[in-house]
Amino acid sequence: MNRKSADIVVIGGGVVGCATAFELARLGCKNVVLVERNTIASGSTGRCGAGVRQQFGTELNCVLAREAVRIFEHMDEYLDYEPGVEFRQSGYLMLAYSDQQWEQFQRNVELERSLDIDVKMLTPEGAREIVPFLDLEGMVGATFCQTDGHANPFHTAFAYAQAAKRLGAEILTHTSVMDIEVENNKIQAVVTDKGRIATSAVVNCAGAYSAKIAKMAGIDLPVWGERHQILITEPVEAMMGPMVISFHHDFYCQQTPHGSFIMGIGMPGEPKSFNIRSSVDFLEGMANTVMKILPPLGNLRVVRQWAGLYDMSPDAQPILGECPPIEGFYNANGFSGHGFMVSPIVGQAMAELIILGKSSVDISKLDAGRFERGELVFEPAVVG
Amino acid sequence: MTDRPKRHDDDVIVCRCEDVTLGEIRRLISEGYHTIDEIKRISRAGMGQCQGRTCRHLIARELARALGVPQEEVEMPMFRPPTRPVLLSTIARGEGDE
Ligand SMILES: Cc1cc2nc3c(=O)[nH]c(=O)nc-3n(C[C@H](O)[C@H](O)[C@H](O)COP(=O)(O)OP(=O)(O)OC[C@H]3O[C@@H](n4cnc5c(N)ncnc54)[C@H](O)[C@@H]3O)c2cc1C
Repeated sequence: MNRKSADIVVIGGGVVGCATAFELARLGCKNVVLVERNTIASGSTGRCGAGVRQQFGTELNCVLAREAVRIFEHMDEYLDYEPGVEFRQSGYLMLAYSDQQWEQFQRNVELERSLDIDVKMLTPEGAREIVPFLDLEGMVGATFCQTDGHANPFHTAFAYAQAAKRLGAEILTHTSVMDIEVENNKIQAVVTDKGRIATSAVVNCAGAYSAKIAKMAGIDLPVWGERHQILITEPVEAMMGPMVISFHHDFYCQQTPHGSFIMGIGMPGEPKSFNIRSSVDFLEGMANTVMKILPPLGNLRVVRQWAGLYDMSPDAQPILGECPPIEGFYNANGFSGHGFMVSPIVGQAMAELIILGKSSVDISKLDAGRFERGELVFEPAVVG
Repeated sequence: MTDRPKRHDDDVIVCRCEDVTLGEIRRLISEGYHTIDEIKRISRAGMGQCQGRTCRHLIARELARALGVPQEEVEMPMFRPPTRPVLLSTIARGEGDE
């Protein structure tokens, strides 16, 4: 390793780390080093469903997602990325299966509309106009937002990484962070298996491994890994536009531009772990549920199943910002299954916070201190 | 995109499921994608019906040549289940294996 010092070290080469490194460089930070122990997008980013939705139950999540969508909409030009990140706004169709859930959805829509997010409320029959083969049994209503969608997670991460490099950031792959040196509550250096990088600031974007990184700086961070599984089918002709999502079944399913269907379902009782093995009971649960809600998909063949980790936090919300008492230690983790969709705005907000001392979207409520203060921000709408 | 002199076998299809050519693999290697996993993620080579049964070896060979290492040293991606494509309806009936 020839570089021995950096203004800022970003730990983790998932989409959040790559976006943060790029935005830091864009704000003029000349000496950004990103350290990734494997390859870019080898963690949760490369394993995720890559859905992007603005339909949430808290104002902050709606605003973060809305701002992220605005960046996704012109990301290919913004990052000058020729292959394209394949952002498609084919909408999210969210299904409600009880009166209580429907009331919550209606409250969400009211909130979303007040924030300039255009969401429609639909009867079950109205939902069927969007997905003609939807089974309506037990469904009470649905909401639909056309500007929600999905992107290619590999290309998004690669696009940020390449753009960051062009602006002078250094990206070290196959390099593991082993320790963080702290003196008088100030960051001194990041120690990797390839050498020591002197620095006064660290951004912890290590996903499910973020608590391990925090521990290196002497910080107890309440973030843990939780396995979530997903599968993909053979590609077929375009037959379903939106992502279909049901909290009742803890299920989501979507057809990619490539034609494959990608789908996931939550497994009750999944323990805290770093386990990313696939299981047979997931396949069975998934197959049964999808055939109930979207019957014709039973005719599709599964070509691949895999698993990844959600980086969970106690209130299923991200942890963003500086982490007292350690000066220069910043967190951008705890995304709890919705980190891909907000990564563009998280990168911007983190860079603004670090370089300018203040971000344009107010993320102060998402600091790590909220757990001690008892100011958790529960999101009623999480899935998978 | 990097300019790379065209080679006679650049048009050879390496991954038949996803239609990826040797030339494309070589271009990605020259752009710095130096593992089979990265090449798979960016080009889709090995993501199709056959799950890379043939192309992973061809890509490994190309990587070994380009990086000047023995082919055994190129890290192979994990095979992800199921081993053969299987109908969702078959799984739902609990028959697991076709
Ligand atoms: C099955 C599944 C489906 C999902 N679906 C969606 C979805 O539809 N929409 C959505 O928005 N989100 C989704 N998510 C969540 C999403 O994947 C994550 O929130 C997002 O990718 C987080 O990105 P990240 O960069 O923070 O983490 P990661 O991509 O996990 O990156 C962290 C990186 O840190 C590296 N690292 C760890 N320790 C060290 C170390 N000591 N030294 C150096 N590097 C280290 C890791 O190798 C890794 O590459 C899903 C997740 C899963 C598992």
